[in-house]
Amino acid sequence: MNNIIDYVWLVPMFPLVGFLLNGLLRNSLSKPLAGIIGSGSILASFIVSVMIFMQVKSGSTGVVTLFDFISFGKTSIPFAFQVDQLSSLFLLIITGIGFLIHVYSTAYMNTESDSHYARYFAYLNLFVFSMLLLVLGSNYVIMFIGWEGVGLCSYLLIGYWFKNIDYTSAANKAFIMNRIGDAAFLLALFWLLSKLGTVTYADVFAKAGELSARDITIITILLFIGATGKSAQIPLYTWLPDAMAGPTPVSALIHAATMVTAGIYMIARSNILYTMAPTTQTVITIIGTATALLAATIALKQNDIKKVLAYSTVSQLGYMFIALGVGAYTGAVFHVMTHAFFKALLFLGAGSVIHAMHHEQDIRNMGGLSKYMKTTHLTFLVGCLAIAGIIPFSGFFSKDEILAAAFAKSPAIWALGALGALMTAFYMFRLYSMTFLGKFRGTHEQEHHLHESPAAMTIPLVILALLSLAGGLVGIPEVLVHNAHSLNQFLSPVFAGSAKLAEPHHIDHSTELMLMFGLMAVIVVVIFLAVGRFKKYEKTDAETSGLAKLLENKWYVDELYDAIIVRPVNAFGKLLGKLDKYGIDWVVNGVGKSVQYASRQVRLLQSGQVGSYVLLMVIGIILLFALQIFLKK
Amino acid sequence: MVPVLLILIPLITGAALFAIRQEAMAKSIALLASLVSLAVMLAGMSVWNDAAHLTYNQSWIGALNSRFHFALDGMSQLLCLLTTLSFPIIFYSTWNNQYPDHNRFLGLMLLSQAGLLGVFMSMDAMLFYFFWELALIPLYFLSSRWGGEKRIQVTIKFFVYTFLGSLFMLIGLIMLYFKAGGSFAWADFVKLNMAPREEMAIFLMLALAFAIKMPLFPFHTWQPDTYEQSPTPVTMILSAIMAKMGIFGLLRWLAPVVPAATYQWGDNFATLAVVGMLYASFIAMRQDDLKKLVAYSSIAHIGLMILAVFAPSYSGLQGVMIQMFNHGINILGMWIVVNVIEQKFGTRKISELGGLAQKAPVLTILLVIVALANIAMPLTNAFIGEFMMFNGVLGSTATNFGVAYAVAGIITIILGAVYTLKMIQKVFYGETNALTANATDISFNVQLSLAIIVVAILLIGLFPNPMLSLTSDLSEQILGRMNLK
Repeated sequence: MNNIIDYVWLVPMFPLVGFLLNGLLRNSLSKPLAGIIGSGSILASFIVSVMIFMQVKSGSTGVVTLFDFISFGKTSIPFAFQVDQLSSLFLLIITGIGFLIHVYSTAYMNTESDSHYARYFAYLNLFVFSMLLLVLGSNYVIMFIGWEGVGLCSYLLIGYWFKNIDYTSAANKAFIMNRIGDAAFLLALFWLLSKLGTVTYADVFAKAGELSARDITIITILLFIGATGKSAQIPLYTWLPDAMAGPTPVSALIHAATMVTAGIYMIARSNILYTMAPTTQTVITIIGTATALLAATIALKQNDIKKVLAYSTVSQLGYMFIALGVGAYTGAVFHVMTHAFFKALLFLGAGSVIHAMHHEQDIRNMGGLSKYMKTTHLTFLVGCLAIAGIIPFSGFFSKDEILAAAFAKSPAIWALGALGALMTAFYMFRLYSMTFLGKFRGTHEQEHHLHESPAAMTIPLVILALLSLAGGLVGIPEVLVHNAHSLNQFLSPVFAGSAKLAEPHHIDHSTELMLMFGLMAVIVVVIFLAVGRFKKYEKTDAETSGLAKLLENKWYVDELYDAIIVRPVNAFGKLLGKLDKYGIDWVVNGVGKSVQYASRQVRLLQSGQVGSYVLLMVIGIILLFALQIFLKK
Repeated sequence: MVPVLLILIPLITGAALFAIRQEAMAKSIALLASLVSLAVMLAGMSVWNDAAHLTYNQSWIGALNSRFHFALDGMSQLLCLLTTLSFPIIFYSTWNNQYPDHNRFLGLMLLSQAGLLGVFMSMDAMLFYFFWELALIPLYFLSSRWGGEKRIQVTIKFFVYTFLGSLFMLIGLIMLYFKAGGSFAWADFVKLNMAPREEMAIFLMLALAFAIKMPLFPFHTWQPDTYEQSPTPVTMILSAIMAKMGIFGLLRWLAPVVPAATYQWGDNFATLAVVGMLYASFIAMRQDDLKKLVAYSSIAHIGLMILAVFAPSYSGLQGVMIQMFNHGINILGMWIVVNVIEQKFGTRKISELGGLAQKAPVLTILLVIVALANIAMPLTNAFIGEFMMFNGVLGSTATNFGVAYAVAGIITIILGAVYTLKMIQKVFYGETNALTANATDISFNVQLSLAIIVVAILLIGLFPNPMLSLTSDLSEQILGRMNLK
């Protein structure tokens, strides 16, 4: 085995085999065995991924072609994998965090029956497989296979408890909203194919100069629409909060390691195209900023522990898009990584709480849990500090990098981003305080059963907490330590093309330091405010009103979509159904009937009376004469 | 030799079945005959894959210079494979269906198979027409004898409508015969250079026949009713194979024969196709009857194929070729599921079903895969076809509106997901009700039938190239005739 990169196909193959084994043998596998197959396959992938990462780090990259997938004319789309800095980093995130989530699931899902337990792990493995295809593909079509694949798996997992109609509706919603984005993604591919005749990254990026500015804008916008579906941005974000209908570890998988990072990955991968399309960059920045703020405001007033986290994901993804929009590709990938650590941690922590509370998810009925679950409490606190952006937790570095890049582009975006960061700190510590501090507000029955979760759940929490704590150290900004941003150095070959094209924006170090620590100081104040206010939270029956009600109801966006899209589409379908039956078919039948009618009438002429025949004959002859006279003139 | 065997096996067995009254025996013979046809077809694509085995050319009606000329080129192989593969699956998956005079039912089915295979292999226009009608007539009898309550009314409409189209086609073919100097040979037709007016007249005659058969919006209204009223095995033939006769007609007898008119009229037909795709998808969302749902979704899928023919490009035509096969087996899979449900519960109403996933997990898994193919998920066969067709339409140099067609058409992949997932949710998920509470999973014959389809779906979805290479010459020839290379 000279070069591990040639064996990169092993990485997606293990989860695929895991999926097939668990899927096909689900009725005969015991739970431990299903769990071992499910987790073991991801562990195997992770080991290979680490080896590949080391190889890439030592400087070798490559494309591994498996076979010719689709070919027509001069166009050939190979089934090929691209191993480089960007994809190998994503491999680590996906398989590493994916593995922890699998291990956690073995305990969390333990109350399921054997065959459903195996089905769960089969879906989970398929999810990881799809995500691996997405990041490994060496062209947009292979990426699209994974792209729709994760959409499918999220559908299967969100609707995992398929007896519940609300859950399966949430699953349908996720799939359909993603499909809207996917349709745009496909159009972008067709556009690329019609202009360049290729969808292979290397060729597309090499030939990007041949595209007109209009073409590049169209392609990048269409791809971005695809990203708004997968990465839950305005206007296609509403599926993600509903996606928490699935088991909690699935939320961790969707929100951290897979799925929602797809859009970020795709744009980072296509960075040259985006750098060449300033209009699109502006659009992305605006959408990212708007999403970051909108989702943060909604999170302020949610009472479901998972909903708060879900909206925080939407908001954090907004930051990543801001980074992409201002051309800070490394910053976006950095935040994907740190967010994967702390969001997986937070969701799994929430899962641990829900597990202890016997499926209670309303934080108004929690409180004081720190006494009962020490590990969950401390690790959750680490997650909150990381997402709030407190030094030295990982979120501080990645968020700061994005905000600094935004400031260089426009102080206004920085200001909005900073506002979002304050809201983030507030809603996270509201969540933290209402869950872990103060008095327990649940039933006695619940209190009696409160317990720390088993080791299979707490060990992943501890590992993720350590990563959330230290993960930011790979990206220490220049302003703090010289030449310590190892992630930047590692990824620089992938973004080299863009770096050449983009005009560098720099802010001087004193400004950057001031912004960085000034913001953090305010964040600390906000945290104390939130903790102070919500650790003494008491349940009230008072109805909310005004802005609070608006936020609690998520700005009524779902209702708006229902009114302006879902219902009109359904009504239109009904209308056309009627038109088909009473319009078009009526005409067809009418033609048939009038032919029948006409033939009945014509038949009457053959009355058998010679007299009438003679009469008709005479009329005919006269007509013929008349006709001839007319024609002669 | 292969063509003759392919026609004679179902023809002779089909006729013989009328004399075999014992039901189990009749079923076995029908299945066996269809399997032998499949074996012959597979041999024709492998060990006998040479001109000597795949063509048959004898004098037929000497006075008209019409010849008994069959050939299995790539497109014919694709469609004959579809036909010979579908029939055993149809027979086997509906093995437990009960019909009075079952032997006659099966006999007529086999006669229809002979007709369908003849259509796909004919290289002589007279012969083509002969088989075109031969395929239709047994199906008419099948539907009107064994169909649902409104069968008489519906099948007469179906017959008159499609027969009317056929008559126009006959006139068109006869005009071509004179233009070609007294020859019905396809090879002579594709060398013709006619005046624009003549081409247009012939084009319209043929296009009408094919438009009704496929069907193209707004000539489609016979189809949902006929699919609904026909016994499900017949619906399977109608939608899996017979709908392909129309597309096949476009590719064999229209585009290469009257290329200038096809080019000229392309935008009109492409527009109808796009409108039809959207129209049928919207209607499908509101259907409560499973058969009507599948029928309307099929109109949408066929619409895309029509679009890719009339906004042509190499990618698009190749997509149509492979999609003819894909659509055939995929919709067959959908009908198998519908048949199981109808046989088990005596209803096809989505609103009356629910919770089947708990009771019939195997059925659910297989159905979900087929349904995913139906909405063109990547790594299923339909993704290949739809990807290539949409790509071809958007990049077509034959029209100025390729982008508009593709953008409008792609909305249907969203709507397709809407109605397909809604159906799955309502029928399979949720709690069981009084009707479905005691449901059992599918029997072995249905499992195996669906499993074969699923394997084909995934295999073609992953390795489409062998199938694509079958038709590459013909696609190039068609584009060459239209000066679009």
